[in-house]
Amino acid sequence: MRPILLIDFGSTYTKVTAVDVENAKLLGSAAAYTTVQTDVNDGLANAVTRLEEQTGKLDFAERYACSSAAGGLRMIASGLVPELTAEAAKCASLGAGAKVVKTYSFELTEDDAAEILAAKPDIFLLVGGTDGGNKACILNNAHVLAEAGGSFPIVIAGNRNAARECERILAGREVYVCENVMPKFGTLNIEPAQQRIRDIFLNRIVRAKGLTKASELISGILMPTPSAFLAAMRLLADGTKAQSGIGELIAVDVGGATTDVYSIADGMPDHPGTILKGLPEPYVKRTVEGDVGMRYSIHGIVDAAGLDTVAAISGLAAERVKELVDFLGTHTDTLPNTPELETLDEALAGCAIRTAVTRHAGRIEETYTMMGLAYAQTGKNLMNVERLVVTGGSLIHTKNTGKIASYALYDPKDTASLKPRKAELLVDRKYILAAMGLLSEHYPEAALTIMKEELENDGLAE
Amino acid sequence: MSNQKKLVIGVIGADVHAVGNKILYHAFTDAGFEVINLGVMVSQEEYIAAAIESNADAIVVSSLYGQGELDCRGMREKCDEAGLEGILLYVGGNIVIGKQPFDEVEKRFKAMGFNRAFPPGTPPETTIEALKEDLHVEG
Ligand code: B12
Repeated sequence: MRPILLIDFGSTYTKVTAVDVENAKLLGSAAAYTTVQTDVNDGLANAVTRLEEQTGKLDFAERYACSSAAGGLRMIASGLVPELTAEAAKCASLGAGAKVVKTYSFELTEDDAAEILAAKPDIFLLVGGTDGGNKACILNNAHVLAEAGGSFPIVIAGNRNAARECERILAGREVYVCENVMPKFGTLNIEPAQQRIRDIFLNRIVRAKGLTKASELISGILMPTPSAFLAAMRLLADGTKAQSGIGELIAVDVGGATTDVYSIADGMPDHPGTILKGLPEPYVKRTVEGDVGMRYSIHGIVDAAGLDTVAAISGLAAERVKELVDFLGTHTDTLPNTPELETLDEALAGCAIRTAVTRHAGRIEETYTMMGLAYAQTGKNLMNVERLVVTGGSLIHTKNTGKIASYALYDPKDTASLKPRKAELLVDRKYILAAMGLLSEHYPEAALTIMKEELENDGLAE
Repeated sequence: MSNQKKLVIGVIGADVHAVGNKILYHAFTDAGFEVINLGVMVSQEEYIAAAIESNADAIVVSSLYGQGELDCRGMREKCDEAGLEGILLYVGGNIVIGKQPFDEVEKRFKAMGFNRAFPPGTPPETTIEALKEDLHVEG
């Protein structure tokens, strides 16, 4: 069988991976600068040339691509109560691979409308109210969006008893009605909205972002990159009918601008009597920390962890950390090419992981009663998850991956946070995970075999 | 769309007495109400959030462990703040510590903005009748 080419159009790099599906082997991978401004095919051609320098000339049978170029899939969502439908809307958007620019709750104002228009989202997700519940908010928000104008598509996934009226209010706009993200109180139903978001991405956004030129050569641009990554993680955890997966896992992708955390885990409590609080948690969950990243969001890492903590971990003086962080925040291309920058980057990556995983994981509260302890859990219990997958430059290009990754684990100083007790560490040294997610659409067996083979087992993080 | 009246129920504060809550859930459901049951250890904010999303007609608060008065304080004001003006608020269970004359207890809870407060041992039927009366449900 001829090889298959997997392409990831990133905001900076276009990464290509060649695979021999029949033998489930990675043939090679390479990257070149993304060229959205001119013609994305240029960057793609450059990357393929580099790839073929390693492998020799390849005659591809199929080509599949994912994309986070041109800002990725940028979404804005609005719901009613912040912890309920607004959170469900955010959760649905993130799970569909979107970059959530902002989530609004309660009634949108004129000022919000102006802000939304200026932000130019690719898709707006309009929700609010359980089925048969509150209608006033979503109807008001439909009116505000109708008056605001703009041309972005709107997905309506709120109270079903208000959906058609919202559609009428938004007549003339590109509107899609789908099932409520929270049909009953305490029930999440995010897949229908996510499927709709993916369809819109394929049919409309890929074209709008000038990626269609590429798509003539490509069998399909299948999904946004985070969505491909999520597909890979789900496959790795759950396996296929023929091949078992590795079980529940957490994956962390520390980037320059954001840190993404994925968990494929049911997250149920350890103690049978524990009371579950808040929104139910999806088995496959993605969170994105927009204020936690190694360069563009470097200040967010320090704000969350504290300057003294970063200084203590890196062994540098606080003033020096501050100086370097300011420098790196403006010189975002800087690589950690001195011993000082190397130790600082490692400390920052550790803090980024700790903040992002702590925000992703659930928490447990203890209440003392005269009869003993009672527990209330909010979010996912990840304490029993035993595999941790890590990717991102700061974790791949270092010998100290294990030390950095251990910041994802249970912290005796924060016992309420339900992070893994100990985990086997799997490192995406060759940056293949998004490609494997793409491959899994048609060739899940090969994708799973390759991931098991190529993810480097870095031992136990404790 | 159904005309079923909607109730949000739960046991307030750090209270874990779960049995009465389950009984009330079944009794109210059987009586024809749509019941959103938040279970035990429910904060004021959780009742309010559930009532907003579901457009509920009433919030029925249980308190069994004796701290009801503390836990219920400010609830009406928060409802008003959240746009739930006029929502029916009930409280019952063992809402205060020990044996206090109930008419005084009732007075205090009414002053806090609860429409009705019920003494210990009130059977579900009494509550259902009161709900039907206050929410103008036939039968
Ligand atoms: C079982 C029990 C426990 C169990 C609860 C197990 C569980 N998860 O459910 C455990 C051992 C954990 C427990 C702990 C405590 N308990 Co206890 N417990 C009881 C006991 C014996 C039975 C409760 C029960 O299930 N009753 C059966 C159900 C069906 O009845 P119910 O809960 O009262 O609910 C009915 C009515 O009250 C009413 N109702 C309820 N809500 C509402 C709301 C409205 C609007 C209306 C109209 C009616 C209504 O309808 C319900 C259905 O019929 C009672 C004593 C008793 N006999 O009631 C003490 C009792 C409730 N506990 C009490 C106390 C003090 C405690 C503790 C603080 C300390 C302790 N003594 O252990 C802790 C508190 C823990 C906490 N954080 O909540 C006191 C409360 C005193 C007070 N309010 O003045 C009681 C009354 C015992 C007593 N006489 O001292 N308890």
